[in-house]
Formats: sequence, structure tokens, C-alpha cells
Amino acid sequence: MKAQLLAFFLTARGSLRDLAPIFIVILFFQLAVLQQPIPDLVDLLSGALMVVIGLTLFVMGLQMGLFPIGESMAHNLARKGNLFWLLAFAFTLGFSTTVAEPALIAVAGEAAVVAAQAGLIDAGDEARQAYANNLRLTVALAVGAAILLGVIRIIKGWPLHYLVIAGYLGVVALTPFAPPEMIGIAYDAGGVTTSTITVPLVTALGVGLASTIKGRNPVVDGFGLIAFASLTPMIFVMSYGIMLT
Amino acid sequence: MTPSASLLAILQQTILDVIPIAAVLIGFQVLVLRRRIADLGRVLLGFVYVILGLAFFLKGLDQALFPLGKLMAAQLTDPEFLSGVAGPLLEVRWQDYYAVYLFAFCIGFATTIAEPSLIAVAMKAEQVSAGAIRVTGLRIAVALGVAVGIALGTFRIVTGTPLEHYIIAGYVIVLIQTIFVPRGIVPLAYDSGGVTTSTVTVPLVAALGLGLAANVPGRSPALDGFGLIAFASLFPIMSVLGYAQIGEWARRRRLRQLEQSNADTKG
Repeated sequence: MKAQLLAFFLTARGSLRDLAPIFIVILFFQLAVLQQPIPDLVDLLSGALMVVIGLTLFVMGLQMGLFPIGESMAHNLARKGNLFWLLAFAFTLGFSTTVAEPALIAVAGEAAVVAAQAGLIDAGDEARQAYANNLRLTVALAVGAAILLGVIRIIKGWPLHYLVIAGYLGVVALTPFAPPEMIGIAYDAGGVTTSTITVPLVTALGVGLASTIKGRNPVVDGFGLIAFASLTPMIFVMSYGIMLT
Repeated sequence: MTPSASLLAILQQTILDVIPIAAVLIGFQVLVLRRRIADLGRVLLGFVYVILGLAFFLKGLDQALFPLGKLMAAQLTDPEFLSGVAGPLLEVRWQDYYAVYLFAFCIGFATTIAEPSLIAVAMKAEQVSAGAIRVTGLRIAVALGVAVGIALGTFRIVTGTPLEHYIIAGYVIVLIQTIFVPRGIVPLAYDSGGVTTSTVTVPLVAALGLGLAANVPGRSPALDGFGLIAFASLFPIMSVLGYAQIGEWARRRRLRQLEQSNADTKG
């Protein structure tokens, strides 16, 4: 218990340092540039305290729970030697963490409104709902495929940049054919899919695999899964857009 | 709504978000691997910390930072603040929006430093590179990339130029950089594009983009409001590659100087 408390205070000091810039920026712009008073100081201070406590607990939990479980599952699945289950795990992890992602649900809802305004889909509630769901499913499939492909890359030891460059070419080639209303959303979809819990797990999966498989270097081969996960949604969403038109 | 009630609601939401992930992990552990997790109690406690931590973090942001940040995004893009007189702007001059670019730069930098997923990746990178990649150095490089990216993204919204031109130009720069940097940094740099835009950055940046697109004459939130996240995911790749390149140059220069001084002493 005492060790946990000590760890908490040490981590809290780091969190405080991490969060200082954001408070400084907000206060500076509010007081110096806009010259407005702080609306509710008590709310601000208690909120700030919660942010610090939250980040501290998260970082502690990361090292105790998310990193070890991600790595031990990667080790065990790789040792089992069954490629099918490893790939199934990779796909399911990517798909299931994305399909329920709150940021994606919000973006898909907004995107449906935009698409209806642009006349891409019918204006009714039903059509909008269906479009938002399809968009979520498309992005989740894209992330599942990305983690799957990324794991194959780690096993084979392919250099990451060739695959990423191929992905970029895909994005560039699809852009002229995609409906203009969907380009902004497609480009943004890559960024919003990787959530705070998914990133540590996926990173641990990659690094764990790369350190288990002989001849792979954790630094060179272990990273790169997130890169795929932010690239494939752009391609998948634009392809979906092309299918609609 | 009382603060404690909404904290509970956020906690509930966080638990709901974790359920699919936990289901996949437990499912594979029980059905496929069929073995006990080492140190199960500690791992479970870690998960409790992660969930509690995220709930507190989101609740705090929601209470302290987001309202203020969104209010400021609206105020900074308000025509009255920009021109000093009430009423809509007649013409758009991109120079008038310098306070917006500055705010975009600062908020991009500050939110990225605080981003929990980036902290996670940086910690892992320092651990596996045996300290060759530093947590602080990596995070500052990424944060500078996001800052420049978002500032440029707001400039794009003000001028109304097409998003894909910027992004494709960015890809070309990334490709050229990839040829020249040490191989080891490439995957990490590509990853840092995706991890930067998460819990803290997305809500504030999205508010800034939509507010700007709604207030600048001739822009529509639907067409021009999106795209800031795309900037924020592309520019860190360049800045991390650049950071590695500068490190490599410094190393080579030191090496040359060393050879030079060795040759001098021999001669």
C-alpha cells in the first residue's frame, strides 16, 4: 500500500508537469489576448485537480495492467505457433475496439448530417442512421484489417515504409474519385480511430510480438501498427464513398 | 446535474468502452490460450486504475478545460474581435486571423504534451530502445508537429484552399524524409501520427475548426470544418523524422570532428 502511494505521488508530479502547458495556454489567451475574466474559478480548479488525478491513475494502470497483458498475450499467441489465432486476435482487437469508439460514433453522426445536406443519401432519419452505422462498420473493418496486416508485416519482417508509401499512393489515387463531401471526413477518420486504451494495447502487442519472434527488433519491427490503423480508414471510407455514388 | 452524478455517468461510459476490449482479451485468454494470467490481481488493479483514471481525466477536462477552450475558439474567430467593429466581415484577409493561428499553435502543442496515448507510446519507445529514444524529446517533437499542423490547418480553413493539396504535399515531404533518416526511427515516426489525436486534442481542435468555418465568410462547416485532425496526424510524422535527422547530423559531425582531431594528432 505504501509503495502504491509513493508511486502515485511520483507519477502525479509527472502528470502535473504534463498538464501545465495546457493550463498556461488557456489562461494566457483568456487573460492577455481576449482580456476576459475566468468564468468559474472553483470549477476550473476542481476540474484541474481531477485531470491530474485521472492522468496519474491512468499512467499507473498502464504499467500494471495494459502493457503486461498486451505483451503476455502477444508472447503466448506467438509461442503457441498458431498463425490463425494470432491473426484472428489481431483483427478482433482492432475491430472491436473501434466499432464502439465514442469519438467515431460522434464523427459518424456528424458525417451523416453532412452527407444528407449534400444529397449523397436520402434526408430521412432512417437513411442517416444507416449511413452512420455503415461508416462506423467501414472504419472498424479498416482498423481490423490494419492490425491484421501489421501483424503479418511483423512476422514477415517487411519494411514498414514500403507498405505505408503504397497506402499513401492508394489515398492519393482514390481522392479524385471520392465524393468531395466525404474527403474531409475520410482524412479525419484515420486520426480519430485510435483511442486511449487501444493505443497502449496495440503498441504492447507489436512490441511483444517483435521481441518474441527471432530476428525481429522491437524498435524497428514492433512499432508501426498504429500507422496502419490511421491509414486504412482513409482508403476504406473513400472506397465506401465511391460505392455510394 | 451535480458534479458527482456526471462523474458517475462518465465512469459508466468508460466502463462501457472497455467492455469490448476486455471481452476480446478474456475470450482469447480463456478459449484459445487456456492459461492463467500471471499476476492476475495486479493486472486487474491496473485495469481499475485505467478506468478510474480515464473517468476522472475526462470529467476534469469536461469541467475545466473544454468549456473554456470552446468558448475561446468561438471568441477568437468572432468577427468583432478580429476587426474591432461589430457586424460581419466584408472581406477575408488571412493576416487578420493571426491570433487564431497563434492559439492553434499553442493549443496543439499543449494538448499533445498532455495526451495519454502519446505518453504510453513514448514510454514504450524509451523502454525498448534502451534509452536511445527519450520520452521528453519524442513528445516535444510530436507536439511541435501537431502545433505547426493545426496552425497550418486553420490557415487552410481561412483561405479555403483544398485539403488534399496540403495532405498530398505532406506525403511527398514524408517520403523524401524517409529516404534520408536512420531506418530505426521510421516506424515510430509513422506511429506518432496516429497517437497524437485522442482524448484531449480532438474535442478542442474540432471545436476550433467548426467555429472557424462557421465564422469566416464563404466557408461552410460541413466542407471546411473537417480536416484539422488530418493535419494533426500528418505533421508529427515530419517533425519526428526531422528530429531523428538532426540527431543523425549532429552524430556525424561529432564523428568527423573526432576523425579530424585524430588525423591531426597523427600528422
